Amino acid sequence: MHVPDGFLDAPTSTATAVVAIGCVGVALVGARKELDDKTAPMAGLVAAFIFAVQMLNFPVGAGTSGHLMGGALAAVLVGPFTGVLCVSVVLLVQCLLFADGGITALGTNILLMGVATVVVGWLVFKLLQTTMPKRLALVPAQAGIAAFASVPAAALLFVGLYAVGGAADISMDTLLTAMLGVHVLIGIGEGVITFLAIGAVVAVRPDLVYGARRVLARRELEIRSEVTA
Amino acid sequence: MKTRWFVVAGVLVAILLAGVVSIYASGSPDGLTKVSEDQGFADTEKSRDALLGDYGSVTGVVGVLVVLAVAGGVTYAVRRRGSD
Repeated sequence: MHVPDGFLDAPTSTATAVVAIGCVGVALVGARKELDDKTAPMAGLVAAFIFAVQMLNFPVGAGTSGHLMGGALAAVLVGPFTGVLCVSVVLLVQCLLFADGGITALGTNILLMGVATVVVGWLVFKLLQTTMPKRLALVPAQAGIAAFASVPAAALLFVGLYAVGGAADISMDTLLTAMLGVHVLIGIGEGVITFLAIGAVVAVRPDLVYGARRVLARRELEIRSEVTA
Repeated sequence: MKTRWFVVAGVLVAILLAGVVSIYASGSPDGLTKVSEDQGFADTEKSRDALLGDYGSVTGVVGVLVVLAVAGGVTYAVRRRGSD
């Protein structure tokens, strides 16, 4: 979904850049709470992994492909604030080294893929975790569903931005239908990849999954109470 | 598995994905690009040359390492230090 230069007009691109800078600033402050000596190395790995998986375009229907955005994956693995930082670094490197996403559109792309997918992904994940049984085995599926939801949400935000400052005079209804249609399909891929990746980490080192900490702490408390009883 | 080895293994997986598995990635336009073609606003794109060229096995691995260094550096700098 990397927006190139030219899709959105200058005022809209400037506005998204300002908001994106604000979001990254908030993320830098918030990430301090999430990151310690143990989790900081994970953040570098998560960003590198998302960069690599974003290269793996998978087909969705005739002549179209999609790739992981990674916001929900990052949020569940390292926390939402650190997740924003991870995806933003990926987008910055893609923009500067690979001309993937426009320079003037960097703020737009950070908002779409670095902030919207993280926020929506994290909120859906927390909602599912609050309403479902507190079990570690459910974390990968909850993350997968959250990841699925995050992609059409980003597509929706793009359509909103295009309605405000799109370069071409096109029908917003058809744009909305087209963007949501294809990104629901891409969202399925996002959900599957996120489910598999979180499942792999949960199987090996569940304590390294930020979003699993609460269910892990609960599990340890249960074990202790059994021992003392 | 120690955290150090977990991170090393994870980075190796990322390098394998970017360097080898990416060869099999779909070359079709992605969702937004396809929509821009179908809806007739693809020509508003202002493209530019990439510093590293296109995504390939070598440039992909370089990208992984650059992202690892930058993201690792930023998060290492803002982390809580010391006792906890």
